[in-house]
Amino acid sequence: MKYAGLAVMPAGFFLAVAALVLFADPARRGAFVVCGLLVEALGLAVAVRGHMLDGREARR
Amino acid sequence: MNASSAQGVPGLSAALALAFLLLAPLAVAGLALLNAGLGRSRSAAQSLLGSLAIMSASFIAFAGVGACFAGAGGAVAFTLSGKSWNWIGTGPILLMELGKSPIETQLSVLFECLAVALAGLIPWGAGADRVRLAAGWAMAALLGAFIFPLMAHWTWGGGWLAQLGANFGLGAGFLDPGGGATVHVLGGACALAMVWIAGARRGKFPKEGLATAMPGHNAAYVLVGCMVALVGWSAFNCAGALLWLHAEVGSIVVTAINTLLAAAGALGATLVVTWVRFGKPDASLCANGWLGGLVTSCSGAALMPPAAALFTGIVMGIATPLLVEFLELALSIDDPSGAVTVHLVGGLWGLFAAGVFAPGKGQVLAQFVGIAALLGVFLPMVYLLLKLLDRLVPLRADPDGERIGMDLHELGGGAYPEFVIHRDESYR
Repeated sequence: MKYAGLAVMPAGFFLAVAALVLFADPARRGAFVVCGLLVEALGLAVAVRGHMLDGREARR
Repeated sequence: MNASSAQGVPGLSAALALAFLLLAPLAVAGLALLNAGLGRSRSAAQSLLGSLAIMSASFIAFAGVGACFAGAGGAVAFTLSGKSWNWIGTGPILLMELGKSPIETQLSVLFECLAVALAGLIPWGAGADRVRLAAGWAMAALLGAFIFPLMAHWTWGGGWLAQLGANFGLGAGFLDPGGGATVHVLGGACALAMVWIAGARRGKFPKEGLATAMPGHNAAYVLVGCMVALVGWSAFNCAGALLWLHAEVGSIVVTAINTLLAAAGALGATLVVTWVRFGKPDASLCANGWLGGLVTSCSGAALMPPAAALFTGIVMGIATPLLVEFLELALSIDDPSGAVTVHLVGGLWGLFAAGVFAPGKGQVLAQFVGIAALLGVFLPMVYLLLKLLDRLVPLRADPDGERIGMDLHELGGGAYPEFVIHRDESYR
């Protein structure tokens, strides 16, 4: 689960970079960059959740 | 015209930058003291020797290999959508011909050498009481040779993040004169990866009940470390403003004042929050708040007005004790030095605040793209590299070593040989 979360995070980065290349309009570009950050936050949340589950397993 | 003025840094600025850089190691010393004080007494000597070892490994790795990827001298770039994407430097290895380079280049290398040492100490503090000296040394070498130089080139070496302003009209490009991203967010990401891979200290999270409190052993080290760190942080911020922003000498005093205000605001806020929450101020959390304020100042001290620096520090000071508690109790992250909160979160907040308060249209978006690069590229990369390193050089000491303390286990003697070291009650 941790690896799945970490694998999602670069997708957010590529979304942010794609926004720079594809859009000239500042509003649209900004929206896509923010979406990229949200994807990264989602990946980080999944990775953190994976860490918590691993910790619970180790304590059993 | 001398060599330095040809590079855009006049002689007085170069002299001042050198003077600041000679004070900057105090930031490293302060952080080393903080890390030692927040760990246990039976690991204090290992912590401080590890700090020196990390400094040496960082310097050697960066000077030997890293500087050629970080520098602005040569670069590998590709063209996409009509824009040049400069992504890695290609300078000479082993700092060859550095003596013949302009003084600005020499000062940049000195700044980066000190910055990478500071970045290396951040995960070392997070892994206190269980991470082996050899692993810390190898991690610092990896950081200095490959990871840090890539981000340093993107930010300070004319890389694609620095060119966001010229290529896409995003303010002045990604701005990080004091190392908020390159040192602190990167170091904080290493700290998170280190904590995830090495795991929590034995007895920290028992099978039942709440996490065990494992307070730092020496509040005096921690608080003196904060005072020492202030000098080094101010020096880093002022030198960064002169080198990376080509700031006027007359504006440097404001940079130093902003650094003070951010730290002071953060400490005041943490003091009040812990006082209200626990009935008494908490020394280690206040130290974390102070350091968090310093970290937030790295990105924006040279860019924002004093009131904004104070506000940025106060927000970080309020967030620090709450986040330290949340990470430990809710997310099971055992981080003795609070590195993830202070450096990772503080660095990210500082980068965002610099975008908001710095002049220039589109600056916030440039900072967002830089943050996206840090979280989307460097955090996964650091985790994978440390995981590989863990296979070659195990990060964590064996259980017996952890039980008797890292000093006895790794060094054969303690930091306080005349004191009685108390048995750890958490192993019953």
